[in-house]
Amino acid sequence: MLNYIIKRLVASIVTLWVIATATFFLMHAIPGGPFDTEKPLPPQIKANLEEKFGLNKPLSEQYMMYMKNLLKGDLGPSLKYEGRTVNDIIAYSFPTSAKLGIVTVICSLLLGTYLGVTAALNQGKWQDQLVMVIATLGVTVPSFVLATFLIYVFAVKLSLLPAIGFEGPEYYVMPVMALGGYSLSFIARLTRSSLLDVIRQDYIRTAKAKGLSRNTVIYKHALRNALIPIVTYLGPLTAGILTGSFVIEKIFGIPGLGREFVTGIYNRDYSMIMGLTVFDSFLLITFNFIVDILYAIIDPRIKLEA
Amino acid sequence: MERLLEIKNLKTSFFTHVGEVKAVRGVSFHLDKGEALGIVGESGSGKSITMMSVMRLLADNGKIVDGEIWFNGRDLVKLSENEMQKIRGNEIGMIFQDPMTSLNPVLTIGDQLTEPLLKHKKMPKDKAIERAIEMLRLVGIPSPEKRIKQYPHEFSGGMRQRVMIAMALINEPKLLIADEPTTALDVTIQAQILELMKELKQKINTSIILITHDLGVVADVCNRINVMYGGLIVETGRTTDIFYNPKHPYTWGRLRSVPNPKTLVKERLKPIDGQPPDLLKPPAGCPFAPRCDYAMRVCMTHMPPLFEVGEQHKAACWLNHPDAPKVEAPVGRRHV
Repeated sequence: MLNYIIKRLVASIVTLWVIATATFFLMHAIPGGPFDTEKPLPPQIKANLEEKFGLNKPLSEQYMMYMKNLLKGDLGPSLKYEGRTVNDIIAYSFPTSAKLGIVTVICSLLLGTYLGVTAALNQGKWQDQLVMVIATLGVTVPSFVLATFLIYVFAVKLSLLPAIGFEGPEYYVMPVMALGGYSLSFIARLTRSSLLDVIRQDYIRTAKAKGLSRNTVIYKHALRNALIPIVTYLGPLTAGILTGSFVIEKIFGIPGLGREFVTGIYNRDYSMIMGLTVFDSFLLITFNFIVDILYAIIDPRIKLEA
Repeated sequence: MERLLEIKNLKTSFFTHVGEVKAVRGVSFHLDKGEALGIVGESGSGKSITMMSVMRLLADNGKIVDGEIWFNGRDLVKLSENEMQKIRGNEIGMIFQDPMTSLNPVLTIGDQLTEPLLKHKKMPKDKAIERAIEMLRLVGIPSPEKRIKQYPHEFSGGMRQRVMIAMALINEPKLLIADEPTTALDVTIQAQILELMKELKQKINTSIILITHDLGVVADVCNRINVMYGGLIVETGRTTDIFYNPKHPYTWGRLRSVPNPKTLVKERLKPIDGQPPDLLKPPAGCPFAPRCDYAMRVCMTHMPPLFEVGEQHKAACWLNHPDAPKVEAPVGRRHV
C-alpha cells in the first residue's frame, strides 16, 4: 500500500511537470503578450514592465525561473492585477468555487444515484421513462441555457430566488441546478445501466434465495457493485466542478475561480494561466488518486499494487 | 411418510415480446420428509423453472399461470412476497450452479453467511458469527475463524460451493433445492460436494431436490427421479426403476448417452438427435415424438398420459399402453 502511494506520488509529480512545461511553451507560442493593449503602451514603459517581470529574458531562462518558484509553491505575481499574486487570487476565489462545487457534486451524486436506481428497478415503466427523459435533457441542454431559463422562471417570474450574487443558501439553488444538471443526468444514466447489469447477476439471485427483503438486496448487495463506474466518473467530475465554471460564474455573478481562468487567458496573464493550470491539474490528479483508493475500498478484488 | 412438498399441475410461462413461452406445462409430483428427489432433464426442459417457481424467484416476465405448490401445509402460490421472504433461506434453502458467480464479490463470507441468521432467527451478530464458523467447519472449510473474514475471490470453486451449501443450510431448512450444484466443478470436487450433501442431509435432517442434467449425479444421491422433457415430467420412479427398468424412450436415450464402466464392451455413446421442442408453440402430442426412434402416429397428435408401469413408477409414453406394440428397451436391464 505504502509502495503504491509512493509510486503514485512520483508519477503525479512527473505528470504535473509535463503539464506545466507544455503549458508554458504553448502559452508563449500564442502571439501577443500581457502588455499588448488596444492602445499601445509607450515602448519605454512596456520595456520597464517586461524588465520587472523578467519577460525580456530568453524563454529558457524564464522557464527555469518559473520552475524554481513553482517548486517553492510560489505561483508568481499576476501580470494584470497589480500587487496581487496568483496564490492570493486562488486563495480568494477557490473557496467560493469549491463551496458551490461540493454542494453540486453531493446533490448530483445523491439525486443522480437515486434517480438511476428508481429507473433501473422500474425498467420500462413510466418512472424509468421519466428519468430517461430528464437525463437526456440534462445531458443535452447546455448549462447557460438552463441557467437563463432558471433565472427567468425563479427570479424574474416567481421572484423566489436571487438572480445574482453569492451570499447565503438561497444563492446556491440556481447555480447548483445549472452546474449539476449535466453530472446528475450522467450519474443517473450510469447508475441505471450499471444496476441493470448487476441485478441480473447470480449473486443477486442468491441474496433473494436467502429471503432478504428487496431493499436489502438492492442497497446492500447490488448497489455497491453498481457503484464502481460511478466512482470512476466522480474523480474528474469533482475536480472539474470544484475549479469553477466560467459560464455559471459569469451568469450568476459568482466571484469564483472559473472566470479568472478565462480572463487570464485573454489577458495573456502568463503567471495566472500557469498557476491555474497547475492548480487544476493538481486537483485532477488528487481526485483520481482518491478514486483509485476508493476502488480498493469498494471492491476487495482490486489490489493496489506498486 | 409425511408429505413435505406437493406440486399439483404447475404451469409456468414467460411472457416475451415474441409470445408466451410455456416453460412448465403441467407438472405434478411430491416429496416426502427425509427424501432426496432428482429432477433430470436437458437445458430448457423446465427443471430449473419448476424449482424457481417453488421459490417464487422467477424473472420479472415469468409467472405461475396455474397450479398449486403445497409446502408444509401452505400453498406457496398464494403467499404474498413478504410471506415468501420468511420461507426463502429459512424453510427452503437453495444452492446454484456456478459457485464462482453466486457469491457477492464485495461482501465477506461472514457477512453473507450470517445474513439468513440475522434476518430469520433475529440472532445477535456475535452469535451469528459463531454459528457461521461452526457451519463452515461442518462443510469442511479449514480454519473457518480466519476464512470467515475473507472475500469470495480468496476461495476456490469447490470451497465456494461449500460456502453456498453452508449458507443454504445454516437455518436448517426443511428442504434444500440444489440446482446443478456440481456442474461447474471438477469431477473430483463434484464427488466431494455430493458426498457432503448426503452427509449433511442426515445431520440436518433436511430433504433434498437435486436438479441436474447428469444422471450419474442423481444415481448416487437420490431415492427417486423425475425425468423432465419439454416442460413436462415424462417419467418418474425410484432410482432403481429409472436405471434398470426405464419405460420412456427419452430416458433410454439419456441412459445411452452416459458412459457405463461396468459393460467392459467398447461402445460408442449415442447422442439423442434433433432439437428440443419450441415452447412458444408446444406440440399437441408427445414433445419427444419428433426425436423418438419409436414414435407412432398417435404420438404426434395426442399427449400420452402418465401410465402406471410399476409401484411408484410412471411413464408418459404411448408404448406403455396395453394396445401398443411391445418394444425391447435398448438400455436398462442388460447393463445390470
